[in-house]
Amino acid sequence: MSKRIEVKDLNVYYSKFLAVEGVNIEIEPRSVTAFIGPSGCGKSTFLRTLNRMHEVIPGARVEGEVLIDGDDLYGPGVDPVLVRRQVGMVFQRPNPFPTMSIRDNVLAGVKLNNRRMSKSEADTLVEQSLQGANLWNEVKDRLDRPGSGLSGGQQQRLCIARAIAVSPDVLLMDEPCSALDPISTLAIEDLIEELKQDYTIVIVTHNMQQASRVSDKTAFFNIAGTGKPGKLIEYSDTTTIFSNPTVQATEDYVSGRFG
Amino acid sequence: MTATETAQTSAPGSGTPGGTPKGGIPSALTAGHLKPRTPWLILVGSLALSAIVFGVLATGTGEYNWAGALIVGLIVYAFAVWLFSYLVEGRRRATDRLVTAIVTGAFLLAMAPLISVAYTVVSLGLNRFDLEFFTSSMRNVTGEGGGALHAIVGTLLMTGAAAIISIPIGLMTSIYLVEYGRGKLARGITFLVDVMTGIPSIVAGLFAYALFALFFGPGIRLGIAGAVALSILMIPVVVRSSEEMLRLVPNELREASYALGVPKWLTIVKVVLPTSIAGIVTGIMLSIARVIGETAPLLIAAGFTQSMNYNLFEGRMQSLPVYVYTQYANQGNPASAYLDRAWAAALTLILIVMLLNLAGRLIAKFFAPKFGR
Repeated sequence: MSKRIEVKDLNVYYSKFLAVEGVNIEIEPRSVTAFIGPSGCGKSTFLRTLNRMHEVIPGARVEGEVLIDGDDLYGPGVDPVLVRRQVGMVFQRPNPFPTMSIRDNVLAGVKLNNRRMSKSEADTLVEQSLQGANLWNEVKDRLDRPGSGLSGGQQQRLCIARAIAVSPDVLLMDEPCSALDPISTLAIEDLIEELKQDYTIVIVTHNMQQASRVSDKTAFFNIAGTGKPGKLIEYSDTTTIFSNPTVQATEDYVSGRFG
Repeated sequence: MTATETAQTSAPGSGTPGGTPKGGIPSALTAGHLKPRTPWLILVGSLALSAIVFGVLATGTGEYNWAGALIVGLIVYAFAVWLFSYLVEGRRRATDRLVTAIVTGAFLLAMAPLISVAYTVVSLGLNRFDLEFFTSSMRNVTGEGGGALHAIVGTLLMTGAAAIISIPIGLMTSIYLVEYGRGKLARGITFLVDVMTGIPSIVAGLFAYALFALFFGPGIRLGIAGAVALSILMIPVVVRSSEEMLRLVPNELREASYALGVPKWLTIVKVVLPTSIAGIVTGIMLSIARVIGETAPLLIAAGFTQSMNYNLFEGRMQSLPVYVYTQYANQGNPASAYLDRAWAAALTLILIVMLLNLAGRLIAKFFAPKFGR
C-alpha cells in the first residue's frame, strides 16, 4: 500500500523559467517527510511534480526522473490520471466540492470516475475514510448536508478523507494547516501520525515546529535570489536538520537567522 | 431648530456640538447633521417650486408639462440638498447626498420607460386577451375575431429548434475555450464570437434564407430556416455567457478532482458543469429571451402565414413578432380589430419571456450549489 519515492536530477520548468533545479531525493515508505524553506523556493512546485499535478498549469514541464517503487512517473506512455490515483493530494485551502454532500465528497473519487459501488460498500468506505480523517463523530449525523457548510478545519479533514477514500499509496500535503486554527492543526497533525502507518506522506509546511513535530525526515529548499531556481539544500533526519545541520543556510533558516 | 438655523450656528465641516437630539442630551456624534426628514422636506419644496414655475408657463400654452415639472423638480432637489448639506454637514456628506440623488434619479429615469411600456402593452393588450385569441388562427378571418395560436405555436417551435441547435454548440464552444483552448485558435474563436454578437439580425435572416435557397431554390420559406437564423444570433450569446460562468469555477475544484485521479473530461462533466450550471441556465434563458422577439430574420427566413403549421420542415411559419408586424402593417376593416390583436400578441410575447425567465430562475435555484449547515 505504501510506496517508496526516488527522484533523480529533477528540473522543473514553467515555460522557459527554471523553477526547481537538480533535485535528488529518496523518500522511504511509511514515513513522513517535511519540505521546509522560504516562500517561492519551489517546495510546492516540487511536491506537485510528484503526482504530475504540476503539468495542469499551462507551459509547465519537467526533466529528470521520479520513480515510485521503480516506475518512472514521467516515462513515455504513462497516464497522469493513473499516477494521480496512486498519489493523492491535499491542498493548502480546503476545497470540498460545493455541489456535493459530505458523503458524496468522500465518495467523489469513486463517483467521479463512474465506478459502480453497492450502497453497503459505499457506506463502509464513507465511514472508514471519515474515521481515518478523525471526522466521523462530528459529521455522522449530517452526511447529507453540503460539505461547504463545515468549518475550515472540518473541511480540510473532509478533503483528507476524500483523498484516502481512493486508497492511494502516497499522500502529498501542500501546507494543509496554513489556513487552520491551532486546534484543527493539532487534529490534522495527530491524523498524519496515524496515517503514517499506511501511507508515505510528504508535507510542505512553513511552520518549522510542525515539521519537527510530525516528520521523520526533513528537506530544506532554498533559493539564491529572485529569478534563480530553487534547490534542495539539505535532506536528512528531522532531528539532524533541527539540531545539527551540516549546511550553514539550513542552520540559519531553522534557527530564525535567515536573511 | 431648522436646517438654516443650524447652518448659521455651525460652520461647514466643523464638528462643534451644535445639534441637540430629541432626548435633550447633546452628542458630538449627531451634531452637524441634517435631520432625517429634512431631505424629504427639501424634495417636497423643490417639486412644489418646479410645479409652480411650470404652472406659470402653462398659462401661456394651456398645456401642463408634468414630466418637465418632475424632472426640473428633481434637478432643483439635487442642487438644493447639496447646498443645504454643504452648509450644515460639510463637503463629504454633501457629495454623498448629491451622488445619492443623481443615482436614484438615474434609476427612476431608467424605470420610467419600462413602466410605461408595461402599462401600455397590458392596457391595450387586454382588449383581445381572450379564449378565442389562444384557440384560433387567422385563417379565413377578416375583420374582427381570429387569434394567434398559429403564431404562438410557430414562435415556440422555432425558438425551441433554435435552442436545440444553439445550446450544445454554444456550450461546447465555451467548454473548449475555457478548458482546452490555448493560443491562436482560441483567440481566433473568441474574436469571431465577438464579431458574431454584433451581427445585425437581418443579416442572420438573409444568411439563413440564402442557405436554404441554395438547396430548395429561391422563394423558400421554412420554419427551420427561421430557427437557423435565430440560432446564429443565439450561439454567440450562449458562448459568452457560459464562458464567463465556466471561468468563475475555481481552479482549486478542478485540481481537487484531478488529484483524485479523475480524467479531465469527467472533471468537466461532473465537477465544472454542475458547479456553474445555475449561471449557465440563466445565460441560456437570457439568450432565448434575446431571440424570441426577433422579427426581421423570421420575416425573411420563415415568412408569414394565416394558417396553422406544426411542421418546421414544410411551408411558411408564423411567429408572434411577425404576427404583430403583419397585423399592424396590413390593417383591414375595422382597423381597431387588427391593432387589438397586435397588442394582445405583444402582451403574449412578453408573458412568454417572463415565464421562461421564471422557469430559468427556478432551475438555477434548484441546481445552485448549496451552502447550508
